[in-house]
Amino acid sequence: MALPTTLTLEIVTPDRALAREEVDEVVVPGSEGELGILPGHTPLLATLKVGELWYRQGRETHHLSVAFGFVEVLPDRVTILAHVAERAQDIDIERAERARRRAEERLEKPSAQTDLDFERARIAMMKALIRLQVASRARTRV
Amino acid sequence: MPSLIDLRRRIRAVKSTQQITKAMKMIAASRLRRAQERVISARPFAQRMRQVLNGLVSRVEQDAHPLLRIPVPGVGRPLLIVITADRGLCGSFNSNVIKAGGQFIANEGQGRAIALGLVGRKGRDFFRRRGFDVRYERVGLFQHLSFADAAEIADVAIEEFTSGNASSVHLVFNEFKSVMTQRIVVEPLLPIPRIEEKAPVAGPAVDYLYEPSPEGIFKDLLPRHVQVQVYRALLESNAAFFAAQMTAMDAATRNSAEMLESLTLYMNKVRQAAITREIIEVVSGAAAT
Repeated sequence: MALPTTLTLEIVTPDRALAREEVDEVVVPGSEGELGILPGHTPLLATLKVGELWYRQGRETHHLSVAFGFVEVLPDRVTILAHVAERAQDIDIERAERARRRAEERLEKPSAQTDLDFERARIAMMKALIRLQVASRARTRV
Repeated sequence: MPSLIDLRRRIRAVKSTQQITKAMKMIAASRLRRAQERVISARPFAQRMRQVLNGLVSRVEQDAHPLLRIPVPGVGRPLLIVITADRGLCGSFNSNVIKAGGQFIANEGQGRAIALGLVGRKGRDFFRRRGFDVRYERVGLFQHLSFADAAEIADVAIEEFTSGNASSVHLVFNEFKSVMTQRIVVEPLLPIPRIEEKAPVAGPAVDYLYEPSPEGIFKDLLPRHVQVQVYRALLESNAAFFAAQMTAMDAATRNSAEMLESLTLYMNKVRQAAITREIIEVVSGAAAT
């Protein structure tokens, strides 16, 4: 069996199907570390963390922010089931900035804090940071 | 014979009702469009999720997770989550769901009571008035339907099931088939139904690499799967509601047009009769002198 030369990348969230494209390379934020996937990858099922996902078509790269979910890899296709996913150019920077500040405040204020609150704030912080980072890629790429 | 004034008043009333139903139809149509888009864009996720799950279930121990556990008969009672709308004026939309729910209770109940989870005001009012054991209720979530709402409902269902309170969880809701048709579905939610694959996937099942362990992924995937199923049910119901409302309001508008026509005809007859009578009176009065 010849190795496939491209991957069919599908990104879906509960709200919509975000992408369905032929790509050459995908890098996803797995919960145990970044995963670089090229065509012909061995079947893999992994969970995602909050992070940056990018894929390459020829010389063009696209960036997305994703948060939680799963990735299924087969030799010729990659399916991302993300809880949240956004393309870099769709990210609302102001909103992300606000979310970052809110999370920062919550993290700094130690009063009446349960572990759960802290964990939530930490995740919110991470999401905001990643979104900002991904958004900045969209701008520098031009 | 009703007087002319009464008829005029009646016509005016029907006309203003018609205006309202017409406006409601238009609003329902525009909301339907958005709701429909959401259902359609949510379907691929639910579908993919099921495929991934399918692939996984065959590779993991059957009792690997409490959400797959087949309950011991006689322990706990079935939980039925009834999804209705918050508002009426939508034909038989709500009553169909309620009827299907009642049927389920009659069939499954058989001596033991059934616990209910109620989403939507119409269903809540109906079942609460009749003194059912209501474990969960939620109204007013269709205005801003979000995944978080679905997750909340799913978590309640999971909690009830894993704690042994519920022996199974079913959903009953209107599925959005097309604008003209809604289909009532009673869907098992928990324990997660084993999905039989029609034909084994070509070749021997490939062994996946898992990151983290299969159990770890399972622990994440199953509750998420339940949430997605609930979310889809809510979206379907929402779209079906607007479709039903649009159809109902369209029919109402047409009926009132018909009614206006016959009322106007009748009014003209009455008026003509009155005029004729007056003429006769005048003429016979003149003849008498």
